[in-house]
Amino acid sequence: MDTLVQQLINGLVLGSVYALIALGYTMVYGVLNLINFAHGEVLMIGALTGWSILQLLQHWVPEWPGMLKLAIAIIGAIPTCIIVSLVIERVAYRRLRNAPRLAPLITAIGVSILLQTIAMMLWGRDPLPFPQVLPMTPLHVAGGLITPTQVLLLLLALLSMVALALLVERTRIGRAMRAVAENPRVAALMGVDANRIIMLTFAIGATLAAIAGVMWAANYASAQFAMGFVPGLKAFSAAVLGGIGNIYGAMLGGLLLGLIESLGAGYIGDMTAGVLGSHYQDIFAFIVLILVLTLRPSGLMGERVADRS
Amino acid sequence: MSANSSLSSSRITLALLATAVLIFPLLAAPFGNAWVRIADVALLYIMLALGLNVVVGFAGLLDLGYVAFFAIGAYLAGLLSSPQFAATIESLQLDFPVVGAWVTEWVGPVIAAQGIHLSVWLIIPLAALVAGLAGALLGAPTLKLRGDYLAIVTLGFGEIIRIFMNNLNGPINITNGPQGINLIDPVRIGGVSLAGEAGVVRLGDLSIPSVNAYYYLFLLLAIATIIFSHRLQHSRLGRAWIAIREDEIAAKAMGINVRNMKLLAFAMGASFGGVAGAMFGAFQGFISPESFSLTDSIAILAMVILGGIGHIPGVVLGAVLLAALPELLRHTVEPIQMALLGQVWIEAEVLRQLLYGLALVLIMLARPAGLWPAPQREQQAHTEAAA
Repeated sequence: MDTLVQQLINGLVLGSVYALIALGYTMVYGVLNLINFAHGEVLMIGALTGWSILQLLQHWVPEWPGMLKLAIAIIGAIPTCIIVSLVIERVAYRRLRNAPRLAPLITAIGVSILLQTIAMMLWGRDPLPFPQVLPMTPLHVAGGLITPTQVLLLLLALLSMVALALLVERTRIGRAMRAVAENPRVAALMGVDANRIIMLTFAIGATLAAIAGVMWAANYASAQFAMGFVPGLKAFSAAVLGGIGNIYGAMLGGLLLGLIESLGAGYIGDMTAGVLGSHYQDIFAFIVLILVLTLRPSGLMGERVADRS
Repeated sequence: MSANSSLSSSRITLALLATAVLIFPLLAAPFGNAWVRIADVALLYIMLALGLNVVVGFAGLLDLGYVAFFAIGAYLAGLLSSPQFAATIESLQLDFPVVGAWVTEWVGPVIAAQGIHLSVWLIIPLAALVAGLAGALLGAPTLKLRGDYLAIVTLGFGEIIRIFMNNLNGPINITNGPQGINLIDPVRIGGVSLAGEAGVVRLGDLSIPSVNAYYYLFLLLAIATIIFSHRLQHSRLGRAWIAIREDEIAAKAMGINVRNMKLLAFAMGASFGGVAGAMFGAFQGFISPESFSLTDSIAILAMVILGGIGHIPGVVLGAVLLAALPELLRHTVEPIQMALLGQVWIEAEVLRQLLYGLALVLIMLARPAGLWPAPQREQQAHTEAAA
């Protein structure tokens, strides 16, 4: 029972990070029909910027409360990520909007390689220990353990998702975003500046990635130039699982994938009588993904995709 | 008249190209084996890129896990022509004594002690067959998926294969896990090993470096792949794939069996990868899961797209460029920095990565349809833009 609660907690934590990143993928996909393969690198830049800010704060004002320092790190990481993300959009995607469908995929990969290499030059090759500014003693919840960092992570994720949902559903900007996602040309005819909305979408995705990046690094106590790859890949899978283009799908898909992974890792040994160990965790997630897509070809909450994508 | 002269000029170009390709190892020989080795790998990449081109280029199915078939071919060669199978039996005897004893008796003491050592002529068709089956297996659940959903499932398949390669060293040791399989037999043709002795192959009085021998073997295979691809593209099958790519519903309405055609595209593309993998295993003599990551799938896809998706000469160009570019940069960036700036400012490895990334972005921005796209595709893009 205790392992179950513990795996559920781990799954929720993992899943809410996936959900935050997946939102970035899915929103960009919604407006541009494009997989932003460089999104994982935005998360990495966010985490490393957060690391540098924390490093400075630890040096100059070590007496400030940990919560404040972490907040400053996140607030500092957000504009950096937004700038990086807007540069990616401008350099790698804008000129290719009407190009063959796979062309932006290659520029995205190129940008990914560039960002990783630049980060490696700035922050070095080795994983950096991420300063632990929140108390380390875990809290007991219903028989499981959860660290204060994880509690904060869950709260931030929840808050960001609610804020995003309100933005998209209740504001003028949100309506414009939905209009562009529906049909950019008609939206433009109705007086929506599509370019502005697309940039805004990238900026929102980057904000969420910055939060996810700093919290991911704080949770695992490490940050490195290559750290964006795995969460990026998982979050992309989560976005597809939920139905790419749909923000609630991304949230659901992220949480589900996190839960599946951690429950899979916890129970796969028992389920297969010890033949498969927890290093098959990733297989578990992908097999579920493949099964779900076989049964529901456009994801859990996705609409039927156009025949000619 | 003009058609005639362009025909003869293209013949001359072809003849020049053929000569250059044939004498390349002789020209590169004074600069050491490294360059020919790079060419060997580039030739393997041509096979891989052409295989992926069948799936992505002809049939229009985005496959992000193609390296899995390369891995399957390589591991097949690893298991069937190295001492690895002996280790497999040993682990069976340890963990499942009854099955182990039975298998040992069944295969005989020689194999139990030394592993299986099949001839490469058996391994090539086997690799094509097994990889092809795996391709069809992957294709089956993805038939209903479109576009990016297909991409993620193929990506998952690639990862699943890699994770299995990484972990199948227990309870039964099939792949030897992260350590990989060592001592894979080199290719033998008529009793002569292409690995040679101390890197030199002797044929009577003639002696050539091992990398050159592999160069000509891979060149032959690459040319065979090119011809096969070309014939495939212009066959009934190829036209059916292109019809599906352009409009699946219309293709179905014209009586094309979309399901079988898609499965066939996956299987055929995969079999190219399987053969290339088996050759890679024999050439390197060593394989490990590290060589078959998602990054490699993406690199192969980049070759296809950057060269000119669906267009065979373009794909070949893309494969050669992207396979050779990193190696070329590796060997040249440090001397150039030394010559220009007097010291090494940026490490070669780092600079190489930067330039590689930059090249992908710039080439794609300058030529969104690829370096050498298919001519009719360009026309189509124009009419679409005009509409």
